[in-house]
Amino acid sequence: MRGASPPHPPPGGEAAANGFYGAYGGRYVPETLVPALDELEEGWNDIRDDPGFRLELEQLQATYVGRPTPLYRTERLGGDRTIYLKREDLCHTGAHKINNAVGQALVARRLGKKRIVAETGAGQHGVASATVCARFGLECVVYMGSEDMERQKPNVERMHLLGAEVRAVEFGTRTLKEATSEAIRDWITNVETTHYMIGSCVGPHPYPELVRELQSVIGREAREQMLAAESRLPEAVVACVGGGSNAIGLFAGFLEDADVRLVGVEAAGAASLGSGRAGVLHGARSSLLADEDGQIADAHSISAGLDYPGVGPEHAFLRDTGRAEYRAATDEEALGAFHLLAEREGIIPALEPAHALARALDLDAELILVGLSGRGDKDLATVLGR
Amino acid sequence: MKKLSIYLMAGPDTPELAAAAVAGGADLLEIGFPFSDPLADGPVIRLAGERALAQGMRTRACLECLAETRARVEVPLIPMTYASILEAYGYERFQADAQKAGATSLIVADLPIEAAPELRRVQLVAPTTPSERISLAAHRTDGWLYLVSLTGTTGARGEVSEQLAGLVERARGVTDVPLLAGFGISTPDHAAGAAALADGIVVGSRAVEIAHESGPDALQDYVTVLRTALDRVVVSLPG
Ligand SMILES: Cc1ncc(COP(=O)(O)O)c(C=O)c1O
Repeated sequence: MRGASPPHPPPGGEAAANGFYGAYGGRYVPETLVPALDELEEGWNDIRDDPGFRLELEQLQATYVGRPTPLYRTERLGGDRTIYLKREDLCHTGAHKINNAVGQALVARRLGKKRIVAETGAGQHGVASATVCARFGLECVVYMGSEDMERQKPNVERMHLLGAEVRAVEFGTRTLKEATSEAIRDWITNVETTHYMIGSCVGPHPYPELVRELQSVIGREAREQMLAAESRLPEAVVACVGGGSNAIGLFAGFLEDADVRLVGVEAAGAASLGSGRAGVLHGARSSLLADEDGQIADAHSISAGLDYPGVGPEHAFLRDTGRAEYRAATDEEALGAFHLLAEREGIIPALEPAHALARALDLDAELILVGLSGRGDKDLATVLGR
Repeated sequence: MKKLSIYLMAGPDTPELAAAAVAGGADLLEIGFPFSDPLADGPVIRLAGERALAQGMRTRACLECLAETRARVEVPLIPMTYASILEAYGYERFQADAQKAGATSLIVADLPIEAAPELRRVQLVAPTTPSERISLAAHRTDGWLYLVSLTGTTGARGEVSEQLAGLVERARGVTDVPLLAGFGISTPDHAAGAAALADGIVVGSRAVEIAHESGPDALQDYVTVLRTALDRVVVSLPG
C-alpha cells in the first residue's frame, strides 16, 4: 500500500501500520477503488492536523452534535455495581453515528465530492449521513436491506424527510451485509464524484483508522468525565460491537490504561469475534462469520445494527493481543436490559447498547462504564412486537 | 487475431458449456469460483454465483469442475474469484491445486496490484488507475492485462465505455503486454468496437445469461457471432 502509514499513531492507540492491525485490515478491493482510497488517505492526512479543520469539527461537535455528551451515574440499575453511562444517545439524531458522519462530511468537502453513498443497518448511520448531507448541501444515497427497512421504519421516514434517497436492497440477507456490498458497488461505479461515507470502523484502509479517530472523542470525553466524577478510572469499559465503531471510540480513551478492562459485547448470533475466523469481507481482512470455504455466513440478531458477520480489524487485533475481551449477549438478554434501563432509569436505549448493558450487569467488576451508543425510539416496534 | 475470452460460472454444466464456447471460437475461458459477496460483480454474475453456491460449488467442487473442463478443452483456463476463497483455502495451496486441475493462471477481483505479490495472476487495471500503477500491474501480470473498461461492476451495458480508449492509450504508453478489455461488452458491435482498441475482449454477464437460459448450443451460436465480429476487425485494419 502506497504511503499507507499515518504520520503519527492515532491518539492513545495502536497505530495501523500500512493499514494493518497485526494481520488484520489492509485493502482488499477491486483496483478501480485503489486511487480513491489513496486520495482519501492523503486528504485525511492533510486535514487531520489542520487547525482550521479541528476548529470546524469541534464547533460542529459542540453546536450541532451536542458534545460533550453527559456521563450519567445510574441510580437504580446496577445494584452492587456502580454503572456509568456515556450518553451518546443524547447526540443529535440519537446515536454516536453522527460523530463520524460530521467528520466525513468535512473530508468529503475537502475532496470536492458532492455526492455521498452510505450503507445502514439500524438506520442510525443512514440518518446521520442524511443529516450531515442536508447540513452541507450534498446529495445522499443510502442503501438499506429491505428487512431492516421493515424493522427500523421510523429511520427510513427520517431519511426521506432529510432529503436522502433510500435504496432498498432486496437480495441475499436483506440486511447490513448486502447494503454494504451495494454501497461499495455504487462507489465503484461513481467513484469520481462520490464519497463513500462508511458507517463503522470496517472497510478498506484508511476507513477503520479514520472512523476510529472520529469516534475517539467518546473515549476522550468519558475518561476525563470519569476522573472528574470518581477520581479514578473505571475497572471495566463495556460497549456493544457491530462493526465496532462506538466500542473502538470508547476504548480509544482507555487503551493505554492497562488496568482498565475493555469488554466488547456482540450479538450472540453475530459474534464475528467470538466465533469467527479470519477472512476477507468488504475490503478488509478481519474476523468473520464464514464457513471453511471462506463463504460469508448469515448473522442473526434482533438488533439491526449488530446484525453483521464482520467486524473492524482493530477489534480482531485487540482480541488476539488480549487487550480487549469480547462476549456475547442473546436477543432475550438484550431485551431484558432494554426494559430494565427504561424502568429503572427512565432511559430507553437502542437494542444495540442494550447488549452491552446486559453483560455489564453480570460482569465481575464494581465500577463500570457502559457506552450507551443510541436511543431506542427506532426499536419500539420490534420490542413491542415481541 | 483478436483474442476472445468467455467467462463461465463453475457448475455442473460448465465442461459442456466450455466445449461449446471453444467450438464457437473462444480463445480462453475464465471460470468463476463463486463467492457469497462478490463486490466487483453486477446482478447477472452475482445471481449466477448464488445459484452455483446453492448447487454446492464450493472450492473443492470448483477445482473438480476445472479438471473436468480441462479434459474437454485445450484453451487456457483461468479461475476468477475473490480473496476470501484463497484466504480460506490457502494462497499457495490454491495456486498449486488449481494448476494441477489445469488452470493456466488466476484472476482475483479484490486483490489490488500490491496485495499478495507472490501470487502470480492476471492483474486488472481500471480507468481510474494512474499510468505508474498500470506499469506496475503490467510488470507483475501473468501474460496479459485485464482492462476494466469502465468504472463499475460487471454487467452488460448499452455502449462500449468511452473510458476504454483512454485506458488503452495509457496502457500502450507503458507496456507491450496484450490488453484484453472486459466489463460491459455483450454485443458483436461492442466486441468489434472494443477490439479495435484492445488486443481482445472478455465477455461475462451476457455469456453467463445465455448459458443459463438457453444452454450450450445457444452459447456456441453467441460466441460464433462474437468471433465473427472480432475477425472482421482484423480484416478491416491496415497491416
Ligand atoms: C445505536 C447503535 N449502536 C451501535 C451500533 C453498531 O455499530 P458500531 O459497532 O459501529 O458502533 C449501531 C449501528 O447501527 C447503532 O445504531
